[in-house]
Formats: sequence, structure tokens, C-alpha cells
Amino acid sequence: MTSHFLLLLLFALFVSIVFAVLLRDDARSQLTFGAVLFGGFVMSAVMLGWLMYPFPL
Amino acid sequence: MPVREAAAERAQSANPVLVCLAAWAVPGVGHLWFGRRFKGLVFLVTLPLMFVTGLWLQGRLFPFEPSQPLVALAAVADVGIGLTYFAARALGFGGGDVVAVTYEYGNAFLIVAGLLNLLVVIDAWDIALGRK
Repeated sequence: MTSHFLLLLLFALFVSIVFAVLLRDDARSQLTFGAVLFGGFVMSAVMLGWLMYPFPL
Repeated sequence: MPVREAAAERAQSANPVLVCLAAWAVPGVGHLWFGRRFKGLVFLVTLPLMFVTGLWLQGRLFPFEPSQPLVALAAVADVGIGLTYFAARALGFGGGDVVAVTYEYGNAFLIVAGLLNLLVVIDAWDIALGRK
């Protein structure tokens, strides 16, 4: 698997699961917190990607 | 006796250092020790899976190289995953393929899996001391 975006999704999924289960105690808040974290990771990566787009390597 | 009460009793009688060693060696064992089965099982599955994904992505298990501080820090993070690290080394995994497209991703997965397990160990320490 060499898709950078899929690897980003996988990484965000693992980290969100661990943080949600570690920092919240009941199932409902774990699910909510995990979803917010996952969305935050993915959205911030996409936004940073767009911000870096004009800059040459 | 309810599960929570039994877990609280176990927390009072457990040696926190022993709990942390067990939690470091096998992710999630510290939480399972105190009857927090769901959390323990999630850590037991997720963290080694993340580590194995890092190996699959051609990541490198960094050596302890004091002359290169960043490499040494990465090695400390890698070891954070516990026995899985030593099993991977013994089986010859973690050589890393620096020209592989996924090399840096693999490193990120390996390092973060170890660091997350260290957070899980700290959480187990807090439970053992009765703070949580």
C-alpha cells in the first residue's frame, strides 16, 4: 500500500482509537471523542497540504 | 462482588512498579489487571497492530546510538511497545528500507505505537495509585 492518503487515514484511525479509549470512560463519549479526533487529524492534514501547495520543495 | 469494587481492591494491593512493567511488556495488561477489560483489549489489539503495520511499511527499529541523539530517542520510542519490539528484532524484522516509499510512514507508525504504549503505562500507574 503506497497511497499516502490511505496511510494517513490508517494512522489517524489508530491514534484516535487509542486516545479516545484512554481519555474517555463511557462508550458514547469514546465514540464522539474518537470521531472528533479522527476528523481533526484528517482535516488538518488536508488543510496543511493545501497551505503548503504553493511552496516549492 | 461488583467488578469495579474488585478492581479497586486489586489496585490497593498491587505493586505499581510491577503493574507498569507488565503494562509496558504487553500493551493493555495493566488495564486488564484492574478489570478494565474493554480498555485493555483495545490497547492489546490496537498498539501491536500499529507496530506491525510500521514493520510492514518497511520502517526501521532504530539502534541505541548515543552519538546521534535523535536516533537514540527514536530507539527509546520504539522500545516503548515492550516485548513486541524484542520479538520483532529476534525475528529479523525492522531492518528498514530507506529507499522504500513508505519508509518514513513505517517509522512514524513504529515510533508512535511505542509512545502511545508509554501513555497507556502512565495511565496504568495512575490507576494503580488510585488516582483514576
